[in-house]
Amino acid sequence: MRGVADMAAFLFLTVTTAFRILGRNRLRAGLTVLGIVIGVAAVIAMVSIGQGAKAAVRAQVASMGTNVIIILPGATTTGGVRGGQGSSVNLTVADAQELKKRVPLLTDTAWGKRDVMQVVYGNKNWNAPVNGISPGYVTIRDWSFASGVPFTQTDMDVAARVALVGQTVVGNLFEPGEEPVGATIRLKNVPFTVIGVLAPKGQSSQGTDQDDIVFIPFTTAERKVLGTQFLGSIGAIFAATDRTEDLPEAVTQIREVLRSRHRLQPEQADDFTVRTQIDIAAIQEGTGQTLTVMLFAIASISLLVGGIGIMNILLVSVTERTKEIGVRMAVGAKRRHILLQFLIEAMSLSLFGGLLGILLGVVCARATTVVAGWPTIISFESIVAAFAFSLFVGLFFGLYPANKAARLNPIDALRYE
Amino acid sequence: MGSLIECRDIWKVYRLGDVQVQALRGVTVDIQRGEFLAIMGASGSGKSTFMNIIGCLDSPTSGAYRLNDMDIASLGSDALAEVRNREIGFVFQNFNLIPRTSSLENVQLPLFYRGMPLREQRARAAEALARVGLAGREHHYPAQLSGGQQQRVAIARALVSGPSILLADEPTGNLDTESSREIMAVLEGLNRDEGITVIVVTHEADIAAYTSREIIIKDGQIVTDRAKKAAHAGGG
Repeated sequence: MRGVADMAAFLFLTVTTAFRILGRNRLRAGLTVLGIVIGVAAVIAMVSIGQGAKAAVRAQVASMGTNVIIILPGATTTGGVRGGQGSSVNLTVADAQELKKRVPLLTDTAWGKRDVMQVVYGNKNWNAPVNGISPGYVTIRDWSFASGVPFTQTDMDVAARVALVGQTVVGNLFEPGEEPVGATIRLKNVPFTVIGVLAPKGQSSQGTDQDDIVFIPFTTAERKVLGTQFLGSIGAIFAATDRTEDLPEAVTQIREVLRSRHRLQPEQADDFTVRTQIDIAAIQEGTGQTLTVMLFAIASISLLVGGIGIMNILLVSVTERTKEIGVRMAVGAKRRHILLQFLIEAMSLSLFGGLLGILLGVVCARATTVVAGWPTIISFESIVAAFAFSLFVGLFFGLYPANKAARLNPIDALRYE
Repeated sequence: MGSLIECRDIWKVYRLGDVQVQALRGVTVDIQRGEFLAIMGASGSGKSTFMNIIGCLDSPTSGAYRLNDMDIASLGSDALAEVRNREIGFVFQNFNLIPRTSSLENVQLPLFYRGMPLREQRARAAEALARVGLAGREHHYPAQLSGGQQQRVAIARALVSGPSILLADEPTGNLDTESSREIMAVLEGLNRDEGITVIVVTHEADIAAYTSREIIIKDGQIVTDRAKKAAHAGGG
């Protein structure tokens, strides 16, 4: 009867023996584990870059607001020339108001139109996108304010000359420390009073600067600044639902309402496009997914090759040490002792490789952040998984050589030259 | 209590391709505790096969082998390993020390497989090295020792487990005359002073001359079994 303590002592000795044996041939052990090192490093770096990218996308998508639906006009076709998405002006304020009435899932509806124009303040000017929007837009897109307040329905009703400016516009028109709220800026020679400064949002998921923006009431824009092809034509409708799960149903209802309003026949395609935040996030994460799958494939191959390398070197080692195995058997090693010894050697190799790989992977991820500026997140789970996987590789690829060693006949092994 | 070793009509038959080789053909012999004995024979005579069976490295095809009142023929490979570990100490012609491993660790090996606590392993191994006159060489590697010294490490390894039999297969085959004499003196001393049963397999008459009993094997059978001088142990 052997106690637990003795078993632990035996395992400890087997492990130290394995390390000493590996230590006899450091270069070979090092080269053997290189495959594992590279494989694990690739996994760690890949996962951290992937997760960093995913987090960045998530933050960008979240910056659009929550559960946002964007409806854009369809394309025009003039004499066979198709104008591309949004070139048509077939969406109207009436459409938006009808949606508000007939789709109760929508908690908020807004509309707007935009154009890039010169914004003048004092003796400075800057070209920026100017959006004429209905007041709900600010809420839907989740804009918050650095200072000042949003404009109201009253401003909208009276076509007040008030403006909200983004941080990039502020940076280009105002001196540092100068308070924009209360200042007068000019758009197409029309004076506007700045009543609010928007808090920064950063890049959108398409990479445009969301802070390079001026908001004015839609009515003011239509009548005094942007002009219009016909009254009530708009560039986009924005809406939001309370819950993310409601988005698909809301989209279906929006399409029904708009198709009936635009008098589309069943065989005709939509003359508008409905996009939700989910679609946009899916596209963004899709590219990331492709990259992840590809890197994962590379890492798997590397780990497989690494495992085969370990198996190969262990097979060589079993042959080289046939006589030693015979001696060990002669002095009383049982088959399981020999099996365990080679398995532990295999796992020591792969674990050592795994640890080096984790280290290298973390360094690579950090370097990516520093050099390329990509965000990376090193997750505890990926380190644990890499560790476990390298252990498994050692176990799996060590099993065959270890079994081969354990099955040697002691006489043949002793006689082997 | 019976003999230490009881062999009854042991046969060993191999197949080498299509040829059937009868390595042992009905060997019957008894060996008592405390004997110092030589097994002689030309190569191919079957003496190595006989030694392997006595050493529990191999099982006979037929016949009965009792060691220390245990029926060896019926044991599986793990049980045989256990018997080798406790009852048999091997000394080989080419020493068979594990390379790049210190003398002490080589000697610890049988105790290691017995699962003995490390501290005790070390103490016993150091003691065994001292018994063969190698105190102070505990941390030398085999490559740093002379042939005679390496063989003494091997003897210490064979001794350390307190075996019933020390089984030496051509122990001086790779040694010069002076070292050979030393090694045989060590074996003789262990037999005389500690009553350990020593079986030497050799084809050299001057090595066999150290022993008190000679068994000569030819064509798989014992052709000569003679005592040369009074055995000094065995309870008598």
